[in-house]
Amino acid sequence: MAFKLDAKIPAGALADKWSNHKAAIKVVSPANKRKLDIIVIGTGLGGGAAAASLGELGYNVKVFCIQDSPRRAHSIAAQGGINAAKNYQNDNDSVYRLFYDTIKGGDYRAREANVYRLAEVSNLIIDQCVAQGVPFAREYGGLLANRSFGGAQVSRTFYARGQTGQQLLLGAYAALNKEIAAGSVKSYPRHEMLDIVVEDGEAKGIIARNLVTGEIERHGAHAVVIASGGYGNVFFLSTNAMGSNGSAAFQCYSKGAGFANPCFTQIHPTCIPVHGTQQSKLTLMSESLRNDGRIWVPKKLEDVKALRAGTLKPSDIKEEDRDYYLERRYPAFGNLVPRDVASRAAKERCDAGFGVNETGLAVFLDFKTAIERLGKDIIKQRYGNLFDMYEEITDVSPYEEPMQIFPAVHYTMGGIWVDYNLMTTIPGLYAIGEANFSDHGANRLGASALMQGLADGYFVLPYTIGDYLAKKIQAPKVSTDTPAFEEAEKAVKEKIAKLMSINGKQSVDDIHKKLGHIMWEYVGMARTDESLKTAITEIQALRKEFWKDVKVVGDPMSFNVELEKALRLADYLELGELMARDALNREESCGGHFRSEHQTEEGEALRHDDKFAYAAVWEYKGMDEAPELTKEPLEYEFTHRAQRNYKD
Amino acid sequence: MNFTLKIWRQKDAKSKGAFETYKVKDISADTSFLEMLDILNNDLVHEGKEPVAFDHDCREGICGMCSLHIDGLAHGPGQAATTCQIYMRKFQDGATITIEPWRSAAFPVIKDLVVNRGAYDQILQAGGYVSVRTNSVPDANAIPIAKADADESMDAAACIGCGACAATCKNGSAMLFVAARVSSLAKLPQGRVEGARRAKAMVAKMDELGFGNCTNTGACQAECPKGISIAHIARLNREFLAAKIQD
Amino acid sequence: MNCFLYNSSVGKKLVMSISGCALVLFIIFHMSMNIAAIFSAEAYNTICELLGANWYALVGTAGLAALVVVHFAYALLLTVNNYRARGKQRYAVTAKEPGVSWASKNMLVLGVIVVVGLLLHLSHFWAKMQLVEILGGHESLVGDQMIAATDGAALIQYTFSKWYNVVLYLVWFAALWFHLSHGVWSMFQTAGWANDTWYPRLKCVANIVATLIFLGFAAVVVVFFLKANCCCALC
Repeated sequence: MAFKLDAKIPAGALADKWSNHKAAIKVVSPANKRKLDIIVIGTGLGGGAAAASLGELGYNVKVFCIQDSPRRAHSIAAQGGINAAKNYQNDNDSVYRLFYDTIKGGDYRAREANVYRLAEVSNLIIDQCVAQGVPFAREYGGLLANRSFGGAQVSRTFYARGQTGQQLLLGAYAALNKEIAAGSVKSYPRHEMLDIVVEDGEAKGIIARNLVTGEIERHGAHAVVIASGGYGNVFFLSTNAMGSNGSAAFQCYSKGAGFANPCFTQIHPTCIPVHGTQQSKLTLMSESLRNDGRIWVPKKLEDVKALRAGTLKPSDIKEEDRDYYLERRYPAFGNLVPRDVASRAAKERCDAGFGVNETGLAVFLDFKTAIERLGKDIIKQRYGNLFDMYEEITDVSPYEEPMQIFPAVHYTMGGIWVDYNLMTTIPGLYAIGEANFSDHGANRLGASALMQGLADGYFVLPYTIGDYLAKKIQAPKVSTDTPAFEEAEKAVKEKIAKLMSINGKQSVDDIHKKLGHIMWEYVGMARTDESLKTAITEIQALRKEFWKDVKVVGDPMSFNVELEKALRLADYLELGELMARDALNREESCGGHFRSEHQTEEGEALRHDDKFAYAAVWEYKGMDEAPELTKEPLEYEFTHRAQRNYKD
Repeated sequence: MNFTLKIWRQKDAKSKGAFETYKVKDISADTSFLEMLDILNNDLVHEGKEPVAFDHDCREGICGMCSLHIDGLAHGPGQAATTCQIYMRKFQDGATITIEPWRSAAFPVIKDLVVNRGAYDQILQAGGYVSVRTNSVPDANAIPIAKADADESMDAAACIGCGACAATCKNGSAMLFVAARVSSLAKLPQGRVEGARRAKAMVAKMDELGFGNCTNTGACQAECPKGISIAHIARLNREFLAAKIQD
Repeated sequence: MNCFLYNSSVGKKLVMSISGCALVLFIIFHMSMNIAAIFSAEAYNTICELLGANWYALVGTAGLAALVVVHFAYALLLTVNNYRARGKQRYAVTAKEPGVSWASKNMLVLGVIVVVGLLLHLSHFWAKMQLVEILGGHESLVGDQMIAATDGAALIQYTFSKWYNVVLYLVWFAALWFHLSHGVWSMFQTAGWANDTWYPRLKCVANIVATLIFLGFAAVVVVFFLKANCCCALC
């Protein structure tokens, strides 16, 4: 049974849609809000902001996170900044321009109405955060400072040193603390959602595991909000936190929520290259570095050889022997092209043999010109902490020699399908932030993830959820003593018992590394029909291997990290296949999804709008069954879809 | 590189713990300290033994999840770095490394090297926020804030809540953590409004939870991975005393 | 008792800070007064007379005693609190954090040495002077001679002619130096009067104050020891 997708996009002019919609949807009275329970999974910018705002409105909120405190969600690691259409720099920015840049940056695979709303509320976010005491960077006059970011020709990014994500999250966390103190929100740290409970076709609660005691708990609610982030860790090595995982989203998918565009993965161009087989994760260097850093590789292969042999220092290579390939290929945007373009260009050079380290998988990000132009002090002021971090990891000072960087998995644009209200195909189940698919299309622009998380959490969901909950004001407290909860709990316990009983030969990490290897090789930066078919076969085989040969030690009724990892990997092994299937289906290149068969003569992504101007929404049919595809057509009423051009 | 590790093992909060000794071999100097523990754990799993539990998440020094008292120092031998930012090149080949959990009455051990830092959340819940409702706010540029004040606020706001300050303090005092939040908000006009209430409530909660008293040793500042200055403690003292004297 | 000076950590520290500050001021006064003894026994004895069993001297003494008791009692109270806060399980390995002074971590030990020294000092001087007057006497037997309660100079001369007293007093002053090198800037920090610009200045002031106090007291001890033991041979 295919989905009947209704995105519920309001009618009217683009700029009026959100206002019209807000006026049309139902609201819940304060007296009734007190009777309604909401569960929020995740405490990043989306979940934290949503839980705080919903609590403030008077709902009873339970908020869950796997970390020891809500403050540690991975939103905290975002460095560069947050976009808003304030036009404080007087550079002709506007809501429309932010909308347009985001739609174009996403390679015309996002919904116009959603993106416009995002741009529209972006300004409110900055107001909100400043009022919460977020110490954004300021100019000497006391007003807010901005910097520029990839994919935009205006300066619209607000920042707090290299720790913008941290500061915004601490703002949301503070708002959450205020509500926890007021009693409207109850916090469950070190708890992991292991299943969503669906009863009579509606989301009714979750099954969670207390990560300290191992106990399996039932929690009922009138609505459940998934704000659990992305699933980039399918690749094993990514810039995501070690604990970031796709399990909450996968559980929703396996219980009937549509999963949209799973193959849209963002590969971030400026990460520290992989150093060895024992590496556990990749470290991102902020995109803001591309403001002043210039990306290059040598023009001559003999210089590359000398670099790898260690007989030549990068700083010794003459200006005329350097290929600043982004400036060469994209004169208008130069080093500030969107992430997917920058990543692919790096891969193109490395594939051509110009990679500058021993593995051949690195390019230079050089600050020489900027240091000459601005002086070391200014560069230190702007990027000092990032330079120190780089030196700590690599033992090389970026003041002396250029940084080495290489693309790495960073963000997943795909996610749970949601309508304009952010509700999934399961009534009462919502998905916000990176966990949903809605706003970034096939590629996300820098400084937009923070914007979307907070937009959803503070300014969209608190309104749209009322439209559903208004129908529940007569509903009693959700009982967890029902067959649906019973079954879900039983299934979770059986799954855990199964994992504990296999007692095979490979550790969870052994298998996860194998999965990561398959994903990076075959579902990575360049995908082909053949590579994707290989990926699907190999993932299926690996999944069988996992269920036969994994070794999970310890007691399930205790703090057991191996069990946590095994449960997550079980889901990655299905998500990985889904990503490959989606990539195989999408026979075009767009944004972060690059099919080698579909490129222009200059090697740029070639979209096929006639065939693929849709969101691919997948329906789960069982572990070893092919999922079913439903298409949500993406109508472009207000923008003209064009080949993305960052050249002029 | 090869290392001998003396690691604190403790089954759960109630059990008694003890040190156990492990050996790790052929570790590259570019391996991070936590990756070295990953390698040990993977070996332990293969041997059918329980891996060492330790907290970690972002592995780039910002989430504040990682902890560990390594060779007598919180977050190990690095300056202004968290445990996850320590690389094995900092250690001598063949060294014996002692790894302990945070020790503080307010941070009970959950398992092995994992402690419960919930007390820090509770302190912030007592008042570490500005009481604004979503959407009930003026334009972001309505209140100019001197750059120096915003910068100083940011210095304090860099706190990652890892617990190193209380763990390293011989008095088990959480003053640097509490001061960082109080001071960050005190430097901004938005935070000033309820500054007195905040300072009193957070200090009272800190005392109630059993943290010790600050004796200005400065150990917290030396070990803080974000280099937060005890000048913020002075500001907290000022805020608190001014508030109390007016009571 | 529902007062922040008793039931809050910052309040308790303020009591330490203020009582400590008052004691430092007294010590500076005491040191200045001692210096007089080096130059003129008469001048010194004049001061001693002023500080006999007069009402204001007695009030001052009682006040000082109270300050010492409060400072010490709070120190014990805080230390017990802090010991508990540290938890039962201690670190097996500890290392010195960079930039942390030894004195700052050993204030109680230093304080105990100072108090023991104080008791010794009281038995040497106060018991022979103000106490004698309070009890209605005018002189007391020191060693094998009778010394008038107002003849502080003679007492000094006698006490520091003994090498062991000299050693004990110098150890005492050294402990005081360490205690003050931390205590003096720390009292500003606790009161909230400090910031990054002022730390180097405050620490410098603390070291100067501690050193001046050390030198001032030590000078008297050493001069009188030399007078008693070496000068005789010379003159």
